[in-house]
Amino acid sequence: MDFQAVVLILDSSIRLATPLLLACLAGLYSERSGIFDIGLEGKMLAGAFAAGAAAWWAGSPWVGLLAAIFASVALALVHGFASITQRGNQIVSGVAINFLAAGLTALLGQAWFAEGGRTPQLPGEARFASLAWPGAEALRQVPFLGPLYGELLSGHNPIVYLGFLMVPLTWWVLFKTRFGLRLRAVGENPAAVDTAGISVAFLRYRAVIVCGVLCGAAGAYLAIAQSAGFIVNMTAGKGFIALAALIFAKWRPWPAMGACFLFGFLDAIAIRLQGASVPMVGEVPVQFMQALPYVLTVVLLAGFIGRAVPPRAGGIPYVKER
Amino acid sequence: MNDREPAAAATEPAGPPAIELIGIDKSFGAVRANRDIHLKVAEATIHGIVGENGAGKSTLMSILYGFYQADRGEIVVRGRKVAIASPDDAIAAGIGMVHQHFMLVDNFTVLENVILGAEGGALLREGVAMARAELTRLEREYELQVDPDAPVGELPVGLQQRVEILKALYRGADTLILDEPTGVLTPSEADHLFRILRQLKEQGKTVILITHKLREIMAVTDRVSVMRRGEIVGTLKTAETGPEELAELMVGRRVLLRVEKAEAAPGAPLLRVENLTLVDARGVKRLDDVSLTVRAGEIVGIAGVSGNGQSELLEVIAGIRPATSGAVFLADGSDLARSADPARRRQGGLAHVPEDRRRMGLVMAFEENESAILGYHDDPLYRSGAFLSREKVRADARDKIRRYDIRPPDCRLLTENFSGGNQQKIVLAREMERGPDVLLVGQPTRGVDIGAIEFIHRQLVAMRDAGKAILLVSVELDEIRALSDRILVMFAGRIVGERGPDAGEGELGLMMAGIEQAGAADGRSGPVVPGLALKGVPTR
Amino acid sequence: MSAPAAKLPLWVEVGLIPLVNVAVAFLVAGLVVLFIGESPLQAVRILLWGALGFGEGIGFTLFYTTNFIFTGLAVAVAFHAGLFNIGGEGQAYLGGLGAALAALALDRVVPWYVTFPLAICGAALFGAAWAFIPAWLQARRGSHIVITTIMFNFIASSLMVWLLVDHLSPAGSMQPETRTFAAGGALPELGPLFGLFGADMGAAPANISLFLALFACLAVYLFIWRTRLGYEIRATGLNPTAAVYAGISTVKVTLVAMFLSGALAGMMALNPVLGEQQRLQIDFVQGAGFVGIAVALMGRAHPLGVVLAAFLFGMLYQGGAELAFDMPTISRDMIVVIQALVILFAGALEHMFRPGIARAFALMSSPQRRRLAAGEEAP
Repeated sequence: MDFQAVVLILDSSIRLATPLLLACLAGLYSERSGIFDIGLEGKMLAGAFAAGAAAWWAGSPWVGLLAAIFASVALALVHGFASITQRGNQIVSGVAINFLAAGLTALLGQAWFAEGGRTPQLPGEARFASLAWPGAEALRQVPFLGPLYGELLSGHNPIVYLGFLMVPLTWWVLFKTRFGLRLRAVGENPAAVDTAGISVAFLRYRAVIVCGVLCGAAGAYLAIAQSAGFIVNMTAGKGFIALAALIFAKWRPWPAMGACFLFGFLDAIAIRLQGASVPMVGEVPVQFMQALPYVLTVVLLAGFIGRAVPPRAGGIPYVKER
Repeated sequence: MNDREPAAAATEPAGPPAIELIGIDKSFGAVRANRDIHLKVAEATIHGIVGENGAGKSTLMSILYGFYQADRGEIVVRGRKVAIASPDDAIAAGIGMVHQHFMLVDNFTVLENVILGAEGGALLREGVAMARAELTRLEREYELQVDPDAPVGELPVGLQQRVEILKALYRGADTLILDEPTGVLTPSEADHLFRILRQLKEQGKTVILITHKLREIMAVTDRVSVMRRGEIVGTLKTAETGPEELAELMVGRRVLLRVEKAEAAPGAPLLRVENLTLVDARGVKRLDDVSLTVRAGEIVGIAGVSGNGQSELLEVIAGIRPATSGAVFLADGSDLARSADPARRRQGGLAHVPEDRRRMGLVMAFEENESAILGYHDDPLYRSGAFLSREKVRADARDKIRRYDIRPPDCRLLTENFSGGNQQKIVLAREMERGPDVLLVGQPTRGVDIGAIEFIHRQLVAMRDAGKAILLVSVELDEIRALSDRILVMFAGRIVGERGPDAGEGELGLMMAGIEQAGAADGRSGPVVPGLALKGVPTR
Repeated sequence: MSAPAAKLPLWVEVGLIPLVNVAVAFLVAGLVVLFIGESPLQAVRILLWGALGFGEGIGFTLFYTTNFIFTGLAVAVAFHAGLFNIGGEGQAYLGGLGAALAALALDRVVPWYVTFPLAICGAALFGAAWAFIPAWLQARRGSHIVITTIMFNFIASSLMVWLLVDHLSPAGSMQPETRTFAAGGALPELGPLFGLFGADMGAAPANISLFLALFACLAVYLFIWRTRLGYEIRATGLNPTAAVYAGISTVKVTLVAMFLSGALAGMMALNPVLGEQQRLQIDFVQGAGFVGIAVALMGRAHPLGVVLAAFLFGMLYQGGAELAFDMPTISRDMIVVIQALVILFAGALEHMFRPGIARAFALMSSPQRRRLAAGEEAP
């Protein structure tokens, strides 16, 4: 495999990792606050549909992004209401959110556009275009650095940059701000937060809303940046891979980026390797590569490689003790 | 009822009290936890609030700290009426609280825990720097040394409590409420805490100390209010009262626990425990080389402040958790300590009435008849072919309901719908009716009404007289003394001594506090106060 | 404020409140239909007619019902042990492999009634095995069963695609499916039975696995409520600490409950694989494993409730197909929406209406209490 091929694979890893990363960070905010969220998939899907529909109507990707965030936050609030206010089962609520999104997007897509659930093909100006960095063209001929700069760094759409910028930002929020301190505390011991005079519910609602915003962005990326419109079930399990990445990263931002990039890379390799033969191993079935993130997560959860300990109060509704 | 309030109020120092509660009422459903509470806490004093479990102390303080809202009544802080709707308001009014179960985030550092909720801005940087300086100052002033960068979860309990105090002081608390602060402390840690409290008082802080231990009240407070069944029944100057008077106030009337029983006639050993040691996941020794024997026809009582290894001892003997080392022998001589298999021990003739019936002894969502076979569901008695026979299970349950007078007499009712006393009878009937050789009993009368207490005590004595071995654990010293033929005292996971049933409260109390005694005779002349509440009217 | 701990009569707890929850789910679904611009009442009429109005419709309804009974029971059994098995989808998928292997081996040699019991074993064992691994990982290694079963759904999907594409499809075929079974691998349909009532089942694939499903309900009922192991499962699910005290092995309960849950999910495959298609196809489960969650929640994990809820969802699936035909704006995805709303209102929000109902009940129950309640609210 030559250098050019490596750059291409890495480039496509970045593209494939972006939605995972946004959804993974979304889950990080929610789960760090003690609200388990297996509904990342559904919120992403709702975001993708809203983005596809709104971008088509308005002809602007930014309107699409806003609509995606709006739709995703709406579902996040449903999850928040069930988990925080009603103290319901967070897993059950997450399952419901996933089906609600799967059903509603396909249903509304068919009702509004009558194209079997998809949204109409978007014209170029209604999508997020790639941003070429200054000098990318000029440097193209420079060996090594040229392709690295031109392909890897430059030439992505705004949401890719947003996604990767969110990593240091999330780290900073989590560990350097008051909100982050409280967020981490409420996921470990909500009673400590409550007795410190901070509202547990309000704090968790904010976390859930941030989760919705990021899931919305992830969905918008799928529909109006990576593709030219929404198609039925276009998330295809990415929300769960993001969840796996979150566990893999042990609920920390920088490792989250690593895990998402790893899973994006596996995906890119799988696409690249389709039918090709790997030396020493022979032909690797593409399904094996697809299943690898899930298998790795299972192995990690079982404690065979390190241990993933979730936030202590995760999944448990907060009830004041008598 | 003792009415010394006016006398105490007359000697109040000038200036408004630090805290004044006027006519506080609070009900949870049908239970009135606080009724018409009037309380004045003078500034720069240590004010004790003493009462039995369930007397309403914690509820009252939770109202003062804004955790609950009173149904009626006013809170006046330094002469100014305040509305405290949340802990936030309480903090703003200069009230801080150290909870019985620490409100700490284990994987945070001391510093992070201290600033949580008082970060001093949206960004942490400034707040952290400020807190670091402030902690150094507080450390100097109040003997509160603790490493600000240590993760709290790795600190010993005594230090964790210090972090809680630091949290309150960092928020500028003038009044500090401590809820049962010594329950989890070793005696030397408790002494250090009292030094800190005196230091705080000298610096002009007001301390409210909630406890059910009279020793602490006598040792450290200036004034004491006694609560009983949701009311304050007296406020006294500590110097002018004694433990006997306080105890009487707490209990209401002197309940002399007398259980009619003949002299014990112990036979062969039925339970032998040898060198039992249990080290928990954190590496703490919960049981330390415990050896004991219970013979046929005797009741051996284990006295001790809760948390000194009694629960662990019962659980290891019952097979709920495996011992780290040591041996447990039943009459048949097999060593059972290493395997944790409660089912096998039941077959070996060992029954167990657990300390916490709600959490462990019963399945609240089961029908009574289902709860009544818990642990014995494998018995062929209840089978018909491959199935559990409903008819047989229910007939058996009805039989026990009749003989133990369990009310209401309905074996189809859900377990959670029975009162505490009747739930306890369900457990007792289940564990005693099979005539086990050995019976482990934990807190047999916790939360049980008086009528049921008598019944339960009579059953235990009858069982002893039938030649069974009974190991009794209770935090109620009176119960231990009334029932036991021999008393073992546990402290810090060890058995620190054995006494006869006529041992004095004071003597036992000192042993329970871990105070070594030169000779048995010395005990009677020492401090007379037990480290425990006296047996009295159980509430709730 | 939290729900008042008032005691309500049994019929309110297990009858009225669940009914209100499900009713609200359907009301919201009606609002969605209204939002799309169609008449909910008209939609319900078409749906009911499509599901129950003619023989073929009933046949399809019963076919779907069969699927959902199996997957609903699977989720219910795990619920009783305090476990949430989201892996029904993958377990059913693997169950299809077990059933198909039995059929492929025997269909040309023996009649269906010999194949059937072996196919049942194959489906149950493969499904059970796929549930057993997450169960073992939870019991022995402490990994969270919800996450593991989700992951196992995806792993199952990849595994089955790989098997069907590369190994099980007949030589020369590009279709990712096995060959069609011969008569020895096909289950009798219910057509003749319909004939007895003078109805015509048409092309509907309802088959005798419906009776297997009903038998499974009875078996699950007897197992959970009448056996010692069932007692241990319920005790563990309701109070794990008390179960340990009683000498019940949590590990055993987890393994047994998940094994059974997986077996039930796996047996679902018999209906589409041997009954309908007579071959193993990609994605034949089509979400039935997930419908099981809604069915179990709605049926309150009781076999009788599961049968009723499964029938309701069977009607929705069949009637929904008719609805999509008559009202093209309402695609079959409407069913997924309803399913989601049922899970939401009967599951995550199950206590939402309880305080209100309790208050209403207190007000209605006696005049004295009414006065009391009024007096309390007056000041």
